[in-house]
Amino acid sequence: MAGAVGVAGVRAVARIGARPDGRGGTALPTLESQGPLAVRRTRASGSEAKVMLVGAMSGPLGGDHFTVTADVADGASLHVGSAAATIALPGQAKGEARYDVRLSVGEDGELRWLPEQLISANGSELYLTTRVALAPGARLTLREEQVLGRANEEPGRLTSRLTVLLDGRPLLDQELSSGPGAPGGWDGPAVLAGHRALGQLLVVRPEFARQPVEPRLLGPYAALTPLAGPGALVTALAPDALHLRRTLDEALRSLG
Amino acid sequence: MSRAALLVLADGRFPAGGHAHSGGAEAAVKAGRITGAGSLEEFCRGRLHTTGLVSASLAAGAALGLDPVELDGAADARTPSPALRVAARKLGRQLMRAARATWPSPELDALAQEFPKGAHQPVVLGLAARAAGLGAEDAAYCAVYESVSGPASATVRLLSLDPFDATGVLARLTPELDRVARQAVEAARCAVGGGVAALPAASAPLLEIGAEAHAAWAVRLFAS
Repeated sequence: MAGAVGVAGVRAVARIGARPDGRGGTALPTLESQGPLAVRRTRASGSEAKVMLVGAMSGPLGGDHFTVTADVADGASLHVGSAAATIALPGQAKGEARYDVRLSVGEDGELRWLPEQLISANGSELYLTTRVALAPGARLTLREEQVLGRANEEPGRLTSRLTVLLDGRPLLDQELSSGPGAPGGWDGPAVLAGHRALGQLLVVRPEFARQPVEPRLLGPYAALTPLAGPGALVTALAPDALHLRRTLDEALRSLG
Repeated sequence: MSRAALLVLADGRFPAGGHAHSGGAEAAVKAGRITGAGSLEEFCRGRLHTTGLVSASLAAGAALGLDPVELDGAADARTPSPALRVAARKLGRQLMRAARATWPSPELDALAQEFPKGAHQPVVLGLAARAAGLGAEDAAYCAVYESVSGPASATVRLLSLDPFDATGVLARLTPELDRVARQAVEAARCAVGGGVAALPAASAPLLEIGAEAHAAWAVRLFAS
C-alpha cells in the first residue's frame, strides 16, 4: 500500500492496536503500514507484544506528514521500538514536515515506547507532536531523543511537543524548538548551551502516586524529577547520542 | 482601567517577594554559563521565549477569566522540576498576600482558599491584574518583564555586573518582550475557546536541570 504522494509531500499513517489475547499475552488485532511507514510484529516476551517501526528512516522530508498511532487496550502490554534512527531531511516540497504520534493506554495497560533517535539534518524543518492519553492505572515508559544535526553539520529546524494526559488531566506538557529560525536563545545558557543531543525519558506508574521518586541529578546536564502526578521524568542534555542514551538507560535501570 | 495600576503591579518594589529569586541565574553563574552582559542577554532571551512565554500566557489566561484551577494544573504539567514548582507556588502565595491587601477581590479570595500553599505565580498574577482593573495584555507584559528582570538584577549582585550593563540588556530585549507578550495574549484568547491545552508549553531544559542542582546547594544567595 503506498502513501498518498503529491506536490505537498507524502502522507502516511501507521496504526498499532493491542489487546489482551485471553491467554495471558497480548494480541495485535491492528497492525497497519502505509507508504514509507511500516510496522512489524517481532518476538513477544511474556505478556508483552513487541512491534518495530521500520522504514521511517528515509524521511520525513519537507512537506511530508506522517502519523503513527498505538492504542493499548485495558490490560494489554505493548513494546514499540524502531529499527533505526529517524532522519528529518529537507525535501523538494515546500514547508515543514509533520510527524504526529498518538498513543493511548487503557486501565492496567502498559506501553513501552522506545524508538531510536530523531536526527534533525541540516536544512530540514520538522514539527513533531507526541500526544499520550493514559487511563487511570496505565503504565508508560516513553523515550524521546533528538540529535541536532548529523556529524559536523548545523542542525535543521525542529519543534517537538510532548503532551501527556492522565485521566484527561495534563501530566506533562513540554515543547522545545531548536535550529535556525527557532525563538531566540534556544542554544544559549538557559536552554541548550551548545548541546547537540537532548532527551526525555518519562515513566508513569500508579505506585508513584503513593511513593514519588526522589529528585536527583544525573550528572551536570541531566536530572530525574518527580512530576506533579504519578510520573518521573528524566531531562538530559549530552554532547552526542551515545552519551545521551547511556544517561537515559542508567536512569531507567535505577527506577527498577 | 487605570494605567498607573500597571506600574504599581509591575514595580519591583511591589511587596511580592520576587527579589529573593534569581530566575535560574544563580545556578547559571555558578556553572559558568553566565559570565557577563553578553551571556546574560542570551540567558534572558532563552528564558523569555520559554518560561516567559508560558508564564505570560497563563497570566493572560487568568486575566481573561479562564478557570484558575485548570491553569494551575497546566502550569504544573509545564514545570517538571519540583524545585521550580515549589518556587512558583511560594511566589504565588507572596503575591497573593500583597494583591489581596492592595486590590481586594472575591476571585483572589477564592483562589487563596483553593490553594493554601500558593497557586502558581503567573495564575495569581493574572487574577491580581484582573482585580486591579487591568487586562490580559497588562498581565502578559508583567510576566514577560519579570522573566528577564529577575535574572538581570540577580546577576548584578552575583557577578558585580555594572547595573548600567544589566539595564542595557533589558532595553535591548524590549522588542522581543513586545512580541512575546502579544504571542501570549493570542494564545490565551485561543484557550478561551479551545481549552488550556492550547497554551504554549515552551521549555528550557537547562533551567529545569539547573533548578534541581541549585535546590541541592547548602548555601545560596537566592531561593531559586
